[in-house]
Amino acid sequence: MIQGIPIEHFLIVSTIMFFIGVAGFIIRRNLITMLMAIELILNSVNINFVVFNRYLYPDQLQGQFFSLFIVGIAAAEASVAIALIINIYRKLQNIDVENVNEMMY
Amino acid sequence: MFYMFSGIILICSLLTITTRRILRAAVYLLCVLLATAGLYFMLKYQFMAAVQLTLYAGGIVVLIIFSILLTSHITHRFKHPDLVKLIMGVSTALVGGGLVIATILSHPFQTGTTSELPVNMTEIGNQLLSTGKNGYVLPFELISILLLAAMIAAIVIAKKDKNKNSEI
Repeated sequence: MIQGIPIEHFLIVSTIMFFIGVAGFIIRRNLITMLMAIELILNSVNINFVVFNRYLYPDQLQGQFFSLFIVGIAAAEASVAIALIINIYRKLQNIDVENVNEMMY
Repeated sequence: MFYMFSGIILICSLLTITTRRILRAAVYLLCVLLATAGLYFMLKYQFMAAVQLTLYAGGIVVLIIFSILLTSHITHRFKHPDLVKLIMGVSTALVGGGLVIATILSHPFQTGTTSELPVNMTEIGNQLLSTGKNGYVLPFELISILLLAAMIAAIVIAKKDKNKNSEI
């Protein structure tokens, strides 16, 4: 117990954040806002890992290390996605998903 | 304190996906990431919170804001989304979220009773680069190769094609 807060409250917050990200990924049409929804999803999973580490196995550090690796992967993914988005913008002059039905380079 | 942070996280993440101006969406995303770093500080993982602040709030948000400035007009507002997409997205989120929350509330979690490991930098560095028990050197090397590949891929994708430009 950390300051009397049960583990379920952390998990519910991260669950709601995850599904807000999923809904945003489905609703939005702009590629950059879809990327932001993906960042929300990755961030909620990070919270889950860290909370499980702290509450269930406080004598080990697995959750923290895997959160670190997820942060690194998120950075790599964001950089590649933004390179793609800028390339698509050069070609099509906008970045809506409906127009990205051909990936010819 | 926890409820303040989670309130900020939930409200700002809702605003991130509903606001109609793209730069405001990026700023709300920044608020979400900062509040998450606050949660890590509450859980006493200072190193994790520092990584969150520098890499996420410092790096990724700046990258997203730069790409927004490169690709869209600031005064541009989004059109309202299609009704079908809106219903699909919200119903997916409600059904999935309800299922997961019901599962969480019905599962009995066994809180660990062992003493907390003091999380200092020496411990983190030793475990990250050791090959024995509790060693994480293999994923560390994997992620370093992944980052190198991503860096080269981003450069190759985003660079201008010289031949094509000279023809124009």
